[in-house]
Amino acid sequence: MTPDELREEIEKALRGWDADYIEVRVDETTATRIVYRGRELEEIGRSRSFGGNVRALYRGGWGFVSFNDPRDLRGRVEQAVSQARFVGRERSYLAEVEPVVAIVPLEVGRDPRQVPLSRKKELLDGYNELIWSTPGVSSSNIFYSDAHKRVVFASSEGAYIQQERIDVSLRIGATARRDGDVQQASVSLGALNDYSFVETLADEVRRVARRAVELLDAPYVKPGIYPVVLDPILAGVFCHEAFGHLSEADHIYENERLRELMVLGRRFGQPILNIVDGAAVPGLRGSYRYDDEGVPAQKTYLIREGVLVGRLHSRETAAKMGERPTGNARALDYRFPPIVRMTNTYIEPGEASFEDLIADIEEGVYACNWYGGTTSMEMFTFSAGEAYMVRKGQVAELLRPVKLTGNVFETLLNIDGIGRDLAFNQGGGCGKAGQMPLPVSNGSPHIRIRQCVVGER
Amino acid sequence: MLEEVIELALRRGAQEAEAFYSEVEETPVLFEANRLKQLNARQVSGVALRVIADGRLGAASSSRPGDVEGLVEMALESAPYGPEARFHFPAADSYPSVQTYDPQVESFSLDDMVHLGQGLIDAVRREQPELVCDASVRRAVHRVVGVNSSGGRFEYRRTVFSLGVHGTLVRGTDMLFVGDAQASCQAIRDGSAVVGEVLRQLRWAERTARVATGEMPVVFTPQGVAGALLGPLVTAFSGRMVHQGQSPLAGRLGERLYDPRFSLWDDPTLPYRTGSRICDDEGVASRRLPLVADGVVAHFLYDLQTAGLAGAEPTGHGSRGPGGQVGISPSCLVFAEGEKGLGELVREVGNGLVVEQLMGAGQGNVLGGDFSGNVLLGYKIEGGEVVGRVKDTVVAGNVHRLLAEALLALGRGRWVGGSLYVPPIAFARLSVAAKG
Repeated sequence: MTPDELREEIEKALRGWDADYIEVRVDETTATRIVYRGRELEEIGRSRSFGGNVRALYRGGWGFVSFNDPRDLRGRVEQAVSQARFVGRERSYLAEVEPVVAIVPLEVGRDPRQVPLSRKKELLDGYNELIWSTPGVSSSNIFYSDAHKRVVFASSEGAYIQQERIDVSLRIGATARRDGDVQQASVSLGALNDYSFVETLADEVRRVARRAVELLDAPYVKPGIYPVVLDPILAGVFCHEAFGHLSEADHIYENERLRELMVLGRRFGQPILNIVDGAAVPGLRGSYRYDDEGVPAQKTYLIREGVLVGRLHSRETAAKMGERPTGNARALDYRFPPIVRMTNTYIEPGEASFEDLIADIEEGVYACNWYGGTTSMEMFTFSAGEAYMVRKGQVAELLRPVKLTGNVFETLLNIDGIGRDLAFNQGGGCGKAGQMPLPVSNGSPHIRIRQCVVGER
Repeated sequence: MLEEVIELALRRGAQEAEAFYSEVEETPVLFEANRLKQLNARQVSGVALRVIADGRLGAASSSRPGDVEGLVEMALESAPYGPEARFHFPAADSYPSVQTYDPQVESFSLDDMVHLGQGLIDAVRREQPELVCDASVRRAVHRVVGVNSSGGRFEYRRTVFSLGVHGTLVRGTDMLFVGDAQASCQAIRDGSAVVGEVLRQLRWAERTARVATGEMPVVFTPQGVAGALLGPLVTAFSGRMVHQGQSPLAGRLGERLYDPRFSLWDDPTLPYRTGSRICDDEGVASRRLPLVADGVVAHFLYDLQTAGLAGAEPTGHGSRGPGGQVGISPSCLVFAEGEKGLGELVREVGNGLVVEQLMGAGQGNVLGGDFSGNVLLGYKIEGGEVVGRVKDTVVAGNVHRLLAEALLALGRGRWVGGSLYVPPIAFARLSVAAKG
């Protein structure tokens, strides 16, 4: 099917139904993955995923049909509409947006599709060898993938949008082992529409391998409550996990109690704290022009000068809460309906230098990099990949990885210093409602938390 | 189409080939904020192709209908760079008969599904009207076909029916999360087991309580075992981890490493469990496989390639990921159980902690069996009774050490999800840290 034929087919299928709203999405992703576990390459493969879906809304009820076979699109629409009519009993809410017709061109830097598989393998073989040539390393793992995706979106309101993107991601980890003791270090990187970062990582790989070995000799932190400085990666993940998910309106809009808790105007932090989410911030993993409901990407302030001023919306949650849509409805692929998701979420830079942040810390912890963790909206538990003691205003000895836990609301209020060195973490993938990994980025400058519970991992 | 794919792969230069087709038709009925919200129909299928060319493995998958050329091209393109194949695709085999299909799942009406889902929500909210509930009821039919160039062929259908309800209770900045789910290859017409679990959670969480920092007896509910202990435990039985020397069980086959009351096996031949199957995704016949028998490490889990690398027998645990890639995973894990109910274990323990949900599992040295996390849902035991929910409490331990040295009692088991049979487990001591 040519693009024009597809468009005609979709527009024909959307006509003449008794529903409040219908949309069709068709996407195709072609991907390459290369996996090493240990000294040997474990798997190399290519994949193509192709499919589509129809989503229909009738009196507040949704129908959703996903499929691989694009034939009989009209039949699929009929099925989605009848599902929605089966469910819908109340009224539909959908924020008004101008229907967009656009073919968004792909702006690509170094295109991974132009790099032969042999070159990718050679490069990764070299990185794996670098890890193994580091004395003390007992294992390695490398996960590389690139994926080109083309999505066509059309709605009964007349929108028709075609977008493309290429996601490149690479995770490299090293393990060191001595007697029963196991230590790991890793780095997760990614980029939108550009392969070039993959080619210049030798120093970073050596550093990761050395770090895993060094950790075997590092002391444990003495558990307790400390002033803590987070590096941009850990602070960015904190911002995404601990606060970002709370800002997703689909958690809130049907829950009276949560609406009260997350009421706009409520103070969440000190006046120095500003938190933003936005796919309109260009060139990052979470960037795009239009979301999966055809809403133009924006930049949304969530917290401004410490006060809650916004949240992330789909068209439905925005209408239900009487707020403006923010372009945050995203679907992992054709198998899923769009739901409210983050894009590029970050703490805006302040004025402090790193030295300023640690200068008056008598005894504290400098926690860097991300190892793992979760939140429950109210509480969080995070592991730092790397940590140091801070003594008398100076970064001191390397520690074994530490775990930070606490109450999200108290901890946000405890952020009392914000650096000027904003940096983004592009190696992550976000998971929600079974849709994972969705490309996002998060960022922050170095930040200081007045007090935080720090434990051994 | 699978034969066509294999034929073309062989013609283009592969010495061996294997094609795997999977298809699922799923109808989820979704409830949000206490009421029916969405009806879905998922009809997705795909083909995965593996080739062995000049001794190396290439792989591809495609969900584009009829993408024969694309599959073969992608697999052969990757093969020269792939790992050395340490196995041959298995020839025709005879498979056990395993019940995985119930026609009543396919014919379960939408009205009945809606009724069932709304019933879960209503029953839970009768006890706690302030709870905001999401629920789902799903029916699905899976079809799997595998064919290879050695003459191997398998095909089976599996129905899956599942239901679950999750509730959130917010008071100020205090949040309580409760929930339970159930799944089977057979239609489930009665949600009372799920409701019963959630009501127990609500009752036990009604009041709040504080525990002191220190070592204490801890009871993991079946959900707690599944969520916090299972991952670090089962990872150690992966043939890959053992072969690479990353598992603490490497080289310990046949040794009694655990309490003799602890046994664990994987059984894909059980009738109507959601992990049941006649064979794994590589065509290796299903059989009951003891992993731990009376405390003795009995077997590890292998797929074809890892078995080849390790010089072990394949055990039928090759499982396909979403991109068609083969990994190692268990099918239906069953823990040996005891006779006492959860409440009796609580009485027996006297004073301590119950862990139902742990947050932050997966951190630390998981390969070594470590687990740790914030207790998201857990309760204090005092004088043999649950006295309330604990917060700001962190537990940490090592699952292998606990099962070796600290096992107090195993309770009566239940199915958690559709393919995991776990008892509540009481341990004599675990390190607990509480704030304030």
